[in-house]
Amino acid sequence: MKFETDLHRAKGLGSAKRGLIHWMAQRVTAVALIPLGIWFVGAFLLLIFAPFDQARLWLSSPWVVTATILFVLALFYHGCLGMQGIWEDYIPHEGTRWGVILATKFLGIFLSLVSIVSILKVYLNP
Amino acid sequence: MSSLQQKRPLSPHLQIYKIQITSLLSILHRGTGILLFLGSIVWALWFVALAAGPESYGQLQALFLHPVGLLFLMGWAFSFFYHLCNGLRHLMWDLGYGYDMPTVRFTGWAVVGSSVVLTVMVGVIGFMLMGIWNEV
Repeated sequence: MKFETDLHRAKGLGSAKRGLIHWMAQRVTAVALIPLGIWFVGAFLLLIFAPFDQARLWLSSPWVVTATILFVLALFYHGCLGMQGIWEDYIPHEGTRWGVILATKFLGIFLSLVSIVSILKVYLNP
Repeated sequence: MSSLQQKRPLSPHLQIYKIQITSLLSILHRGTGILLFLGSIVWALWFVALAAGPESYGQLQALFLHPVGLLFLMGWAFSFFYHLCNGLRHLMWDLGYGYDMPTVRFTGWAVVGSSVVLTVMVGVIGFMLMGIWNEV
C-alpha cells in the first residue's frame, strides 16, 4: 500500500532519499569529535596562554598534526551540517535558504583548508 | 470560519507555554552549536596566527586575555561541554535508549550538572595556567 498520490510523485515532491547520508555523517562526525574534541580542548587549554615558541613546538609531532587535522575536518564538517539544519528550519524563503546554506558550506571549506595549510606550514618549518 | 473557531487558542501557544527541561535543553543544544560554529572561526584564526608569526600570535593572545576574550573563552568552553554531554544523550537516543520521561529528565539534569562542573574546572585550570605561563 502506498500513501503517495500519483500527482504528488509526478510533481517531484517528497523525499529526495538523500537525507540519510546527512543524518549518518552528522552522527559519525559527532562520534569522532568526542575523543578529538576532548583532546583538542585539553591541548588548547594548555597552550592558549603559552608563549609563541611553546605553541609552535606542539605542532612538531606527526601524531599531533594528524590528530589536529582530523579534528579540523570533523569540526567543520559537523558544524556545516548542523548550521544547514538550522537554516533549513528558520529561513522560509527557498532562494535565501539555499544561498545561506551555500555560503555556510563555502565558509566551512575555506576555514578548514586555511587551518590545515597553516598547521602544515608550522609543521614543515620548525 | 465561524466566530467560535476564530476564538480557539493556538495550542501550545508560545507566550503561555511553560518552559520545560526537555524543550529548554533542546533549544540550548542548537544555541551552543551556533556558538561552537562561531568559535571554530576563531580556532582557524589561531592556526593562521601560529603560522604567520609571533606578532600575529601575540595580537590574538592579547584578544583572548581581554575581559571580553575571556568571557568568549568561558562561553565557548561551556558550549563545548554542554554540546558534548547533550550530544552523548542524543547518541544514546539514536541507539534507542532512555526514552521514558523520568530518564529523560534525569539525563537532562545530569547534562546540565556535568557541563557546569567541567566548565568551572576548565576555568580554574586555565586561570592557574595563565599565571604559570606568565612566569616562564
